Amino acid sequence: MTPSLSSPPPLIHPIWVRLMHWSNALAFLVLLTSGWRIYNASPFLPLHIPADVTLGGWLGGALLWHFAAMWLLVVNGLLYLTVGLAGGRLRERLWPIRLPLLWQDLVDALRGRLNHVDLRHYNQVQRAAYVFAVLDIVVLVMSGLVLWKSVQFPLLRTLLGGYETARRVHFAGMAGGFGFLCVHVLMTLRFPQTLRAMLLGR
Amino acid sequence: MTTRKFRQTPGSVVRGDQAAASVEPAPPTAQTPILSTPDRALLLKDSSRLLQAPARRQWLRGAVTLGGLSLLTGCEIGGGNQAEQFLKAVSRLNDRAQGLLFDPNHLAPTYTEAEVTRPFPFNAFYDVEEVTEVEESDWQLSVSGLIQDRSPWTLAGLRALPQEEQITRHICVEGWSAIGRWGGVRFSQFLQRIGADTTARFVGFRCFDDYYTSIDMATALHPQTLLTLTYDGQVLPKEYGHPVKLRMPTKLGYKNPKYIAELFVSNVNPGGYWEDQGYNWFGGS
Ligand code: HEM
Repeated sequence: MTPSLSSPPPLIHPIWVRLMHWSNALAFLVLLTSGWRIYNASPFLPLHIPADVTLGGWLGGALLWHFAAMWLLVVNGLLYLTVGLAGGRLRERLWPIRLPLLWQDLVDALRGRLNHVDLRHYNQVQRAAYVFAVLDIVVLVMSGLVLWKSVQFPLLRTLLGGYETARRVHFAGMAGGFGFLCVHVLMTLRFPQTLRAMLLGR
Repeated sequence: MTTRKFRQTPGSVVRGDQAAASVEPAPPTAQTPILSTPDRALLLKDSSRLLQAPARRQWLRGAVTLGGLSLLTGCEIGGGNQAEQFLKAVSRLNDRAQGLLFDPNHLAPTYTEAEVTRPFPFNAFYDVEEVTEVEESDWQLSVSGLIQDRSPWTLAGLRALPQEEQITRHICVEGWSAIGRWGGVRFSQFLQRIGADTTARFVGFRCFDDYYTSIDMATALHPQTLLTLTYDGQVLPKEYGHPVKLRMPTKLGYKNPKYIAELFVSNVNPGGYWEDQGYNWFGGS
């Protein structure tokens, strides 16, 4: 497609992707920062998260934020997966991932040689990172369900090794998601045209 | 050792808690917004820094405002405590969702003697030295509300009822958990004994340490809900709620009242000490 005066430049992210992406980012940030406060109430690692970066003011407030944002994360995530699978976006943009190609792209990315010419096409590193983010959220939701309602989801509880193990899994999921977010935001700042596309669609 | 003497009529709530925050600061009063002062200060600092940012960072400003400011300071921008109102409305929605998810046939996992956490942690808003001490001979359990037989119960009367034991996991709202061994009377049988209207919605509890809480009828009738008289084969020690506590492996610690003085059946939600300050009312696992 060649953009001309009469036709606008091609759409990179349709409106539903943009709405769901930013809803997800909102839900994730609320869950992350309120979750840190909840963790602080009873830490199981020699790690205390500075209260200033947490949300909620006290344990009860953090729990209110956490159990409100979880609905946004889950409903929005299910919608994204449904529309993304049915409409073919997930298959087109996030798939396939081939290990040798991924390795090559990763090496190129680290050397700063990977370009972002066509924003409609994700390179292998982007694909792997986005699939990781989706799976990470699935793990967070599953382990979160076990923590919230451990008696009501016996199968899930058993699969996750019981309540106490589910706590560690949930924490690891948080750490993985936070790690992804840091890299993701850094890359966004490095290539601001991607942010423009995620905000405006083009 | 200072001990607090028990009062026959629990008055206004001074303090007391079943599974309270020992690490967290005291909860805010009803007027205090959910965002703490440091949180507000941080946000103000953030926003003023953003406002001075050069124009080329205009787009960033938009993104940060979207993701952070309007959300975090929703109450200030909207005026009043709208964020808090909203969060509490969602919490009531979560009560209902949990009521729907609650399956009376799902049992909490049980454990072996060897898995019991020793020593089982004491947890309350006050120190273990300040634990309420109740003389067995003085103690009576008052029962009221939508029931047929309002005569109070003595410990001897409760001990004469059929007894059960369970080794289950106690889960605290703070996140930690511990396995304990409790014995006593199945609560559904006790409710039957006093002719409780089990179509009523709530059972409320008032305690000698001025704690109070309430549960839904479905949980009250759950087979693992136990009017607890013993811990680990011994008379329930004072740290764990002597003489009587209600043990529910399907609910978080703060829903499990200790030092029970009175219970009543009602169709009006009696709330609870922590619940009235923001902890989720259903508080179930
Ligand atoms: C608040 C900070 C965030 C910013 C600034 C941001 C920015 C962006 C941008 C610019 C893109 C397009 C990237 C590209 O063209 O390669 C994108 C895509 C994506 N982001 Fe984020 N993001 C944020 C938070 C998150 C979070 C918290 C998650 C999940 C944990 C996430 C998951 C994704 C995924 C899965 C995609 C690909 C979506 C698709 O193409 O369907 N983002 N993000």
